[in-house]
Amino acid sequence: MSADTTAATTDDVTLYDVDNPAPVIEPPRQRTKKTPRAPHKKGSNFEMYGWLFMRLSGIVLVVLVLGHLLIQLVLDGGVSKIGFAFVAGRWASPFWQAWDLIMLWLAMLHGGNGLRTIINDYAERDNTRFWLKMLLYTATAFTVLLGTLVIFTFDPNIR
Amino acid sequence: MPAGTLYRGREGMWSWVAHRVTGVLIFFFLFVHVLDTALVRVSPEAYDEVVATYKTPLVALLEYGLVAAILFHALNGLRVVAVDFWSKGARYQKQMLWTVMAIWFVLMVGALYPVLGHAVREVFGS
Repeated sequence: MSADTTAATTDDVTLYDVDNPAPVIEPPRQRTKKTPRAPHKKGSNFEMYGWLFMRLSGIVLVVLVLGHLLIQLVLDGGVSKIGFAFVAGRWASPFWQAWDLIMLWLAMLHGGNGLRTIINDYAERDNTRFWLKMLLYTATAFTVLLGTLVIFTFDPNIR
Repeated sequence: MPAGTLYRGREGMWSWVAHRVTGVLIFFFLFVHVLDTALVRVSPEAYDEVVATYKTPLVALLEYGLVAAILFHALNGLRVVAVDFWSKGARYQKQMLWTVMAIWFVLMVGALYPVLGHAVREVFGS
């Protein structure tokens, strides 16, 4: 060590002391009053709830949909037995009405949110993304409402 | 692999791709399925007529494909839940994918006769 270096270090050290403290530098990535926030996302956890909904509804749908497939495609002769009379027999029970109603709503919202994610990922132009999502929301709302109407207004004596 | 891509290949990426593809297919089927079921509000004959086309050998094959898509999406979905919520999920994601594929294969073999049996009888005679 040369005397020069020692002198320089001593200079730095003596630059600040208790009466004259060094300026505080903010650690990186710490939020301050100056950190910009996303303009319209303030306080909204929509995407987090969407993420959670996909997992919770998914678990319920595994039971509802696989049960549905077992009844419709495997038991009692599989698809061959399905017809108006079979539907009438099942929807005579509030249990199966509720099963189908919950399955319809959860599946459409789960699928609708899945397609929304896919549109957001792959449609790069703002206009394309907007109109694809409008089409998706319209189709989803139409399907959910139509299905709900059919379950609630089903009439076994329509003829 | 092209430089600068976020796609990493292997089990993780391809199961994610398959999850998206099967998800889209199931969504489009669901849309059609609600429409065909809505025919019960038109007349028993209209409904039975459309359901009759679902009992043809060709549609039986499509049904088998639908079952394949739904079973993969369901089982891999449970794997995704395990990866996200189980503390060791990410570490065992590959083993879980192969478990998913094994269960999927067994269920697909089990679905052969119930879903395709009537189609085979129709095509080759009983």
